[in-house]
Amino acid sequence: MNILDGLLKALQLIFSGDPRIAEITLRSLFVSGSATLIAALWGIPIAMFLGRSNFRGKFLVKTIFSSLIGIPTVALGFFLFMIFSRENGPLGFLGLLYTPTAIIIGEAVLVAPIVVSLATSAIEAVDPDVANLAKTLGASESQATFAVLREALDGIFLAGIASFNRAIGELGVAVFVGGFIAHVTELLTTGIKLEIDSNNIDVAMALAIILLVMVFGINLALNLVQRRKK
Amino acid sequence: MTLIAELKNVTKAFDDKTVLEDINLKINQGEALAFLGPNGSGKTTLLKILAFIEKPTKGEVHFDGRRVANKNLEQMRLESTMVFQKTVLFSTSVYNNVAYGLRIRKTPKSKIDEEISKALKLVRLEGFEKRQAKKLSGGEQQRVALARALVLNTKLLLLDEPTANLDPKNASIAEEAIAAANRELKTTIVIATHNMFQAKNLPNRIALMDNGRISEAGTPAEIFGKLSKTLASFAAVENTFRGTAKMTKEGTTSIDIGNGVQLTATAPNTGEVSIFVSPEDIILSKNRLESSARNVLRGNVTEIQDLGPVVRLRIDVGKPFIVQITKSSFHDMRITLNSEVYLAFKASSVQII
Repeated sequence: MNILDGLLKALQLIFSGDPRIAEITLRSLFVSGSATLIAALWGIPIAMFLGRSNFRGKFLVKTIFSSLIGIPTVALGFFLFMIFSRENGPLGFLGLLYTPTAIIIGEAVLVAPIVVSLATSAIEAVDPDVANLAKTLGASESQATFAVLREALDGIFLAGIASFNRAIGELGVAVFVGGFIAHVTELLTTGIKLEIDSNNIDVAMALAIILLVMVFGINLALNLVQRRKK
Repeated sequence: MTLIAELKNVTKAFDDKTVLEDINLKINQGEALAFLGPNGSGKTTLLKILAFIEKPTKGEVHFDGRRVANKNLEQMRLESTMVFQKTVLFSTSVYNNVAYGLRIRKTPKSKIDEEISKALKLVRLEGFEKRQAKKLSGGEQQRVALARALVLNTKLLLLDEPTANLDPKNASIAEEAIAAANRELKTTIVIATHNMFQAKNLPNRIALMDNGRISEAGTPAEIFGKLSKTLASFAAVENTFRGTAKMTKEGTTSIDIGNGVQLTATAPNTGEVSIFVSPEDIILSKNRLESSARNVLRGNVTEIQDLGPVVRLRIDVGKPFIVQITKSSFHDMRITLNSEVYLAFKASSVQII
């Protein structure tokens, strides 16, 4: 099958509303969205701490997080596989291997350094007097923290987009801890790999197009929202 | 008189550096009190303690009849607010900036609208609600910050050099708004300033600060009247000099402030005097101006401080003078360090204090 044929068939599949492709797409969105949210839940508090405090070794901690941004997904996927392995993995008893939950946890670990690094920079860029300002206007500690976060919102937002992109496009973690179980753990990236292996180039291409269009579309939509706010 | 706040033996140290030492002060309800002192004398730290965003290292703070402690800190903060010297704004609209404190106090929306429009009117920014606060001019930004504090109608309003970075027009709008809050809303005001003129006009009581201590407190007449020792040693307060005055044949006063600098003043006086020249009253030029100004001094620029809309220059004419000019004049005149410049000011601008 040549590229053009594949492309035509792929578009046919997409526009005919093929249920399997729709299912995979939605699962991908759900898994990477959840992973990004979880990473934000633990990453933003760390960023808040790093961004607003000074301690010995802060530079080292920040360097570790920024180098972890580039961690190879295959290596992380393999480690997580060993950890979740049902036979002798330390967390094997949870029975998470080859479930969407395992992928969500794995991707959340993968993208957390992106959230921490980018959000830390954004928080460090906020005027250090903002927290005190909020307090003079009557804010409690938590309200003042929230005021700082709101000033750093653009950067945190960018951290979220970058994390989501990394999560939805990665293959290593998804393959190792999710496998290729149809209707359970199949994602856009693992789907592409599986379909190529089975020589279904048209389906693989359909999934690849959706992946690309989605990444582009979501970024575009979020950026437009951001621009309108200004 | 009812007390609104009281400091008892308050000491504040950062690491090893003591910035406030054994401060004892009573602040009466409804008064306008000024902390007057040079930069670094501890004024800002003292205001921050009264705003409950710094804690004293030692000593007690009482506010509205209660001792300030960790457990009532957040509650106390609702009744005291502070405007910083450096303008800090939230990156949002003027409306949202001014609404911030009211929303924290859970004020209903209709009331918020009403209060904001009143506060903006007070600082003469009517109709600015929807503008992005950070896109306004420096002077307008500081007025937004002032409106944001005034709108809360707190028992205590703390102002840190509220007009130091403003051009004369913005400064007088801000001063009027502050005076109105004190006069009409009976808000107790504490203002930190190193501007003698502001200290003489705005407050009804002055606490002189030097090196982290309050050296003297009294009415402006008392403080300026007796030319206390502290005031005389206040060399760090800008454009304040000690000198010897004698009357001239024309009926003006000639004052020798040392190092060969002679000034002419209109107010008659003889003997030892302290004088003050407001930085806003001094005209700066690159060449000697033919003008009615009786005082023309030649000097060199020794320090340039960028304050946003205005630039503050230190000029050595034998004695150091501080002059404040707008940023655009600064650029037009191409002033650099060591530039030779002329200062000119009228005899009536030399205030004998």
